[in-house]
Amino acid sequence: MEFCEDGNYELREIQRLEGHTDRVWSLAWNPTTGVDGVPPILASCSGDKTVRIWEQSGPSRSWHCKAILEETHTRTVRSCAWSPCGKFLATASFDATTAIWENVGGDYECVSTLEGHENEVKSVSWNACGTMLATCSRDKSVWIWEVMPGNEFECVTVLQGHTQDVKMVQWHPTMDILFSCSYDNTIKVWWSDDAESENWCCCQTIGESNNGHSSTVWALSFNAEGDKMVSCSDDLTLKIWDANILRMESGDGYAPWSHICTLSGYHDRTIFSVHWSREGIIASGAADDAIRLFVESKDGSIDGPSYKMLLKKEKAHDMDVNSVQWSPVDHRLLASASDDGTIKIWELASTSTEKME
Amino acid sequence: MMMMRKRKCLKIFDSKMANYVRDIRDPEHPYSLEQLSVLSEESITVDEKLGRILITFTPTIQHCSMATVIGLCLRVKLKEFFPPHFKLDIRVAPGSHANEESVNKQLNDKERVAAALENPNLRQLVDECLYSNEL
Repeated sequence: MEFCEDGNYELREIQRLEGHTDRVWSLAWNPTTGVDGVPPILASCSGDKTVRIWEQSGPSRSWHCKAILEETHTRTVRSCAWSPCGKFLATASFDATTAIWENVGGDYECVSTLEGHENEVKSVSWNACGTMLATCSRDKSVWIWEVMPGNEFECVTVLQGHTQDVKMVQWHPTMDILFSCSYDNTIKVWWSDDAESENWCCCQTIGESNNGHSSTVWALSFNAEGDKMVSCSDDLTLKIWDANILRMESGDGYAPWSHICTLSGYHDRTIFSVHWSREGIIASGAADDAIRLFVESKDGSIDGPSYKMLLKKEKAHDMDVNSVQWSPVDHRLLASASDDGTIKIWELASTSTEKME
Repeated sequence: MMMMRKRKCLKIFDSKMANYVRDIRDPEHPYSLEQLSVLSEESITVDEKLGRILITFTPTIQHCSMATVIGLCLRVKLKEFFPPHFKLDIRVAPGSHANEESVNKQLNDKERVAAALENPNLRQLVDECLYSNEL
């Protein structure tokens, strides 16, 4: 599917998922579902202390809540992430723990609880091959856990460096490089230069002095190739970064990320979520209740790539949009979660008579 | 004519809201926020059309350690007053607090606010300020 900037697109609301009794913080599409006749599955987590598992099934192809994961976390569940194999769901909570849930024939069983952070765990992320897990907390630390046989998780390292609350951790989509973003306005990049992944250290800090954000960095996301990254912030901007990942993949050492461009003047309240689709569309969700989509502009600027807004969906929700996530399989589907307690499934559709190929 | 009507509406709305929050008790004193001049009617700006509210309060002293608790109280109380989609910004008055920037940042980080309100000790403190009759 090619996106020409001049084309007319809209986000069509497919379904509104209701059930959570408090704000919905975060969403995760199960990466192994939605193909080969397996119905798509989406997980959501909320201030109501529960996680809900939604499935699109039945002749009407509508979404239903298949399971509620409760009575494990005692406070807000802030973030959730599926393992690459799709069998495990990790959930991070303000109760200072991270829970690991295993899908056993459609039932979800809490098989492990990761303890160690001093207070709220804000985010959890699996690495690309599912052998490691990262968590972060208001205690300013980032922890890396190794997945051991028998649902055991061993803390490999505790990374200190942020001076404040760490809002999100995210592994690179192809390499074992970890990114964290924080209330201290920075993004930190962590990697290990030895094969055993033991010497983890911070190899780059992206702050305001090197074109970084001037307030809390809430989230970041990578393009499909992994050579570009987008970050979003309380400073009302989105920033796009790139790095020479070929150099890193060939083992020539670390290649730093550098600033490509800043998208400002769009959202007028905190941008909480950003997600880059496999087809190159950046979605952002913010406290202005709106969702915006951006694509790389084909203007052929000599200053390198630039990005343009493809569309904006005002009042996408009645309240703040906390999470936007593209389906990893059906590339036109976007899910969003909000303070209004609902989740919405959107379809990106063309409004012109020409059909998108 | 339209302009005037709108203004009047806003004024009534503001003073109703001021009535609603003026009796919040200070966490450290047996007085209300209004009695301590932490809040006044001028502290509150409402844009009903855009659904935005700005509250500016003046902590009693420059190093007031309770400024964030006062901010939490205001947020909880005003959430009950306004329709849920209203956007609320809370700040300390310019120059009124030694750590103005960090207090403002914390008060408007909704994740920090949500976590604080799930902390039993903080929640108790907030509830005491909001619902105590011992003024």
